[in-house]
Amino acid sequence: MKSATAENQPFLARGMKMILIAILAFAGVLFASPAMADTVGDEYETKILGNVKNEGTPLQGVKIIVEGNGYTAEVVTDADGKWSIGVPEAGSYLITLVEDTLPEGIAVLEGGSTQTVDWGFTNTVVWNFFIGEGERNPTSQLDQFFMRVFAGLNFGLLLGLAAIGLSLVFGTTALPNFAHGEMVTMGALFTLFLTLAGVPLLLSFPIAVALSALFGWGLDAAVWAPLRARGVGIVQLMIVSIGLSLTFRYITQAFLGGGTEQLPGALGSPEIPIFRTVSLSVNDLVSMGVSLVVLIGFAFWLLRSKMGKATRAVSDNADLAAASGIDVDRVIRVVWIMAGGLAGLAGILWAYFRPGLKWDMGEKILLFIFAAGVLGGLGTAFGAFVGAMIVGVLIETSAQFIPSDLKYVGALVVMIVILLFRPQGILGRRERIG
Amino acid sequence: MDINSIFINTAQALFSPVTIAFAMAALGLAIHFGFVGLLNFGIAGFMAVGAYGYAISTLTFGFPWWAAFLASMAASAAFAVILGIPTLQLRGDYLAIVTIAAAEIVRLLLLSTTWIKTTGSADGLVAYADGFRSINPFPDGTYGFGPWSYTANQFWVLIFALIVLAVSAFLLWRLVKSPWGRVIKGIREDEDAVRALGKNVFAYKMQALVVGGIVAGLGGALYILPSSANPMLFATSLTFFVWTALLLGGAATVFGPLLGAVIFWVLQAFLGSLLPAMADAGLLGALSSAQAGALRFVLVGILLVVIVIVRPQGIVGDKRELTFVRK
Amino acid sequence: MSGSNPLKKTPQKATGLHVGTAAPGVKKVDPILVADHVSRKFGGLVAVDVEHVEIPRGAITALIGPNGAGKTTLFNLLTGFDKPDTGSWSFSGKDLAGVPAHKVAKMGQVRTFQLTKALGLLTVLENMKLGAKNQTGESLFQSIFPFLWKKQEAEIEERALEILERFKLIKLKDDFAASLSGGQRKLLEMARALMSDPTLVMLDEPMAGVNPALTESLLEHILDLKTQGMTVLFVEHDMHMVRHIADWVIVMAEGRIIAEGPPDEVMKDEAVVDAYLGSHQDVDLGVVTGRITPPKDEK
Repeated sequence: MKSATAENQPFLARGMKMILIAILAFAGVLFASPAMADTVGDEYETKILGNVKNEGTPLQGVKIIVEGNGYTAEVVTDADGKWSIGVPEAGSYLITLVEDTLPEGIAVLEGGSTQTVDWGFTNTVVWNFFIGEGERNPTSQLDQFFMRVFAGLNFGLLLGLAAIGLSLVFGTTALPNFAHGEMVTMGALFTLFLTLAGVPLLLSFPIAVALSALFGWGLDAAVWAPLRARGVGIVQLMIVSIGLSLTFRYITQAFLGGGTEQLPGALGSPEIPIFRTVSLSVNDLVSMGVSLVVLIGFAFWLLRSKMGKATRAVSDNADLAAASGIDVDRVIRVVWIMAGGLAGLAGILWAYFRPGLKWDMGEKILLFIFAAGVLGGLGTAFGAFVGAMIVGVLIETSAQFIPSDLKYVGALVVMIVILLFRPQGILGRRERIG
Repeated sequence: MDINSIFINTAQALFSPVTIAFAMAALGLAIHFGFVGLLNFGIAGFMAVGAYGYAISTLTFGFPWWAAFLASMAASAAFAVILGIPTLQLRGDYLAIVTIAAAEIVRLLLLSTTWIKTTGSADGLVAYADGFRSINPFPDGTYGFGPWSYTANQFWVLIFALIVLAVSAFLLWRLVKSPWGRVIKGIREDEDAVRALGKNVFAYKMQALVVGGIVAGLGGALYILPSSANPMLFATSLTFFVWTALLLGGAATVFGPLLGAVIFWVLQAFLGSLLPAMADAGLLGALSSAQAGALRFVLVGILLVVIVIVRPQGIVGDKRELTFVRK
Repeated sequence: MSGSNPLKKTPQKATGLHVGTAAPGVKKVDPILVADHVSRKFGGLVAVDVEHVEIPRGAITALIGPNGAGKTTLFNLLTGFDKPDTGSWSFSGKDLAGVPAHKVAKMGQVRTFQLTKALGLLTVLENMKLGAKNQTGESLFQSIFPFLWKKQEAEIEERALEILERFKLIKLKDDFAASLSGGQRKLLEMARALMSDPTLVMLDEPMAGVNPALTESLLEHILDLKTQGMTVLFVEHDMHMVRHIADWVIVMAEGRIIAEGPPDEVMKDEAVVDAYLGSHQDVDLGVVTGRITPPKDEK
């Protein structure tokens, strides 16, 4: 009698089972009872708090969401209309009053239901929404969605810069580089040091990117190329990359400490209205613009230049490329330089997006860089871009539908599902698997 | 520099519940990676499941301490099965990525405010150890000598943890030396060869995943038993520290992870006291004592790189038995 | 016949294995394995497309054919290491299609691999013990209680030593398999396969990479299997060897079976000669290429 072990269940049945489990898990998350706490994050010293009252009458049960710097939390007002959210650090946060939780006919009258809080000099910020009788702007949900889409595009673009490097490193050397997060942090770190040393901001950006590229070069020259020459196994290389990530992350902590620094101009960037009530800050627009320009430039390099074509050849099939006379080691060196530079740029943009520079800022997005690469197809640069855009938008827009502090879980679940059912990703080819 | 306090801190790490919990986690990982060759980069997730399994069954469901331990083991086993069914057929590097992501998902779920009543979210959970403390056979007083002085509760946790560790290590040693262990050794080297000999490779890998997972989960429960549970404890860095301890000691042995865990923690405690003291005494240039503390983790990173290249079999391992090393 | 006989004595061939005229897919008197409509495609390439094939019980059958003919793929399909696109087959009357590899092995159908899979990180003796069936100690819960399996272990060890003795590997029993020569590892793989008392032994290119001295030893062992009542199916390229020990030959080309029959008949078959053997297989290669003039009496 055949027992139903995975080894002999037909693939389709296993697939259906997994999809069912994933759906149930997600449904469990979706339908979980919402937070009933009126204060959250008591262990943090920095807090945002407020009081929701309609014409002097406190409103209970109104939901407030705070998002920013990679942290999100929600509370519900208590019987006195009070709420308090502890946040890990002073910075810029988006604070949303969920209008659906207000009584009928009451709406936020000024500023929109999502507003930006920039920190002052104390540990506590008091934020009150101006509410009263009025028409709830029915389109505010839609506008919120658009804001999230733009945030997702912004995030996706910077993820893409990092993911392309990761994907090409994997394609040319078969190494999933777990230290890629630290390469991202380096870009922001170099910029910080340059500006602190007095270098004008606009100059420090390209210098920091160049230093990041140099960092990538250094890693290959000092670590990866010698290990490859020794024929060190891939599992050992993965563990080396983990050791390197620990090393550089804690060196960064030794320099920066545990707090958050800001790059010049990160806070208080003027908002520019785009359409309806959707607005983007100048920083956002510049960031997206820079990402696009660099990505297009890189695409040209990859498609047109001799080195770019050689890179694609090696990434596709290193043995075949070597047989046709391509100097594989040189290509890999160039890939590491590019990966370093792109990751460094991503780090600078990430420092403006959060906003904030922290010792583990790269590690925080490492798994999403991986998710982007995996989704698009590890080994293909275009795949990394597509994957990154999808991951970025997915993370930001999912916060509209599920508890906002679970929005990162969605991207991770997607990555796992892809690895299980279509490990070559969207644009990758089946042959490179297994 | 206060040599005395540095000595005390270091010596205490030798017999500390944290060290023992860490040794359990390394033992579990030894089964996963050392013996079966599974690249489990999510061991912190197993520890979190075991830890919160204990705490939640005590606090939310009111289990007595022994039932809570059983629940913790059951939760770890369930996590292993859920993780294993789809992923055991994945090739190595993909399994590594999936396991990191899975552990992160566990941590994010525990951190979320959605189930804050049960999980405590970022504040974590406390006060789940009362049932355990109530069965403390040692009357009030101080136990031990010198740097190893404990209150009755601390002593109880220590003794209990030591017993759990000894029993686990013994059972695993038996397992590894048995014909079951022989099949596992074969699977680590070449699955198809073992399949051709009539063994159900998937079942064996799953059993190893569950056994290692339960041991690591118990490690998680012991980790939080003396103090409090918090999602921050179970970040990815914890996984990598366990890996360092495992590789240092010897991945494909039962004694190796124990040795590695002890050396790792003693070193941590030593450097954690020494470096800040050196910084305060001005021996480390402009570095503050807080910054000097971070240096010890830099050394962990470098240690990991050096071990895996120069001596991948660890201190007590046999190089001939390794499958993840290419000549 | 030309070509020296590597064996000590000419083996007894089994005859009367088939029913009717020898042709591809011909029925056997006592088939141990019967397969129908087996097909496997890789992308657009048809690797295997076999209408019907039966393997005779208790005989030594050779599976020959040019590289890429689908022999190893067919092997993999029949032993559960690959899933066919279509096809069903039965082994000793039991339906095998879709049964995973380890179950097939448990049912008495063992195989060896083209690239030897002697487990280098285990000793020779451990390799042998791994091949045994039904060792209770291999189950998770029972393994922690040695008293449950110690006696079985001793029995298995005895059997292993006996087989190792026969294969002349006994002196190496405590060496790591990785330290054995290539040929010794092939012997080990075969010896290990015998630990489970199989009914059908499938050898994938057993002679590949083996030095001539060891070839004699291997051939004797394969004949020994038949003497002990096992059925053998092997893939080979060495025609001399095939001719000497095979009772039945199946020829594959481009995924299909193009001929079947006793070795002498098959090797005269035109289709086989064209596809595989070459018309000068009995003649010295040097004569064929014109570099050597044959001695007069051999023309």
